[in-house]
Amino acid sequence: MLLIACPWCGPRDEAEFHYGGQAHVAYPEDPAALSDEEWARYLFFRDNPEGLFAERWSHTAGCRRWFNAVRDTATNEIHAVYRAGEPRPVIA
Amino acid sequence: MADSVAASVAASMAERRSPAAAFAARFEAASAGGGLRLAEIPFLTQINLRVDPKSPAAERIGTAIGVPLPVEPGTAAGGGDLEVLWLGPDEWLVVGPDGAAPGLVERLTEAADGEHVSVVDVSAQRTTLVVAGDRARDVLAHGCALDLHPRVFGPGRVAQTMLARAGVVLVAGADGFRLLVRSSFAAYVAEWLLDASVEYVAGG
Repeated sequence: MLLIACPWCGPRDEAEFHYGGQAHVAYPEDPAALSDEEWARYLFFRDNPEGLFAERWSHTAGCRRWFNAVRDTATNEIHAVYRAGEPRPVIA
Repeated sequence: MADSVAASVAASMAERRSPAAAFAARFEAASAGGGLRLAEIPFLTQINLRVDPKSPAAERIGTAIGVPLPVEPGTAAGGGDLEVLWLGPDEWLVVGPDGAAPGLVERLTEAADGEHVSVVDVSAQRTTLVVAGDRARDVLAHGCALDLHPRVFGPGRVAQTMLARAGVVLVAGADGFRLLVRSSFAAYVAEWLLDASVEYVAGG
């Protein structure tokens, strides 16, 4: 089980959280102008890196806030957590 | 005015039953040994409050109910017969005695004064279970992953977490813990508490 540090509540068991996929996927500025392929790319295409990945989590069983975390997909180590709306921290 | 409102509320609910009422005798039996005290506090008033903590409305609400809204995550503030539990960065649960809901909603709504504030009476959503005594931490530790040591989770601390996979609001007081559990989960959590406390009950 992962131990995830909610930016509000502190470290909690993974079971208290829900996963929200890749973070920082911006909604298209003018969705109506997109072709079907571009829209499908926005909806369904996500990065799948081996290594650092910024992703969204929701502390469902706690404060119920969404936040972002940078997790290493190879080791499951969580390098940073930050509140929604904050920029992705630079990790050396 | 407040008294007559409380009286009429009490009268109209003369038939009501609390979610864990059926466990009163077993709670009492489990509490007989002295190391542990289990009980239900039924029908507490609970008002869910959402407001921007930096807004003037938040300050007015704090003044109106005599308790400044606690802004540090996981803390509670109390004053008079009210207690304000931190649920989120812009969300609180105002807990008061039975029958206080109509008056409290009115005071909160008045203090909000048309600003972007949500005040919802959720008293029926949860009931309150007491887990107190020297063994309270040991019992909860059977199903709760939080560090409940008084150094970390002493009086005045609040956490929304899972107890035996049921969502609870856990409140630490000077005299033990209170668990706010959903009414539909109350029987399950009560059964679980009784089961977890078997080894701490005299003669068990």
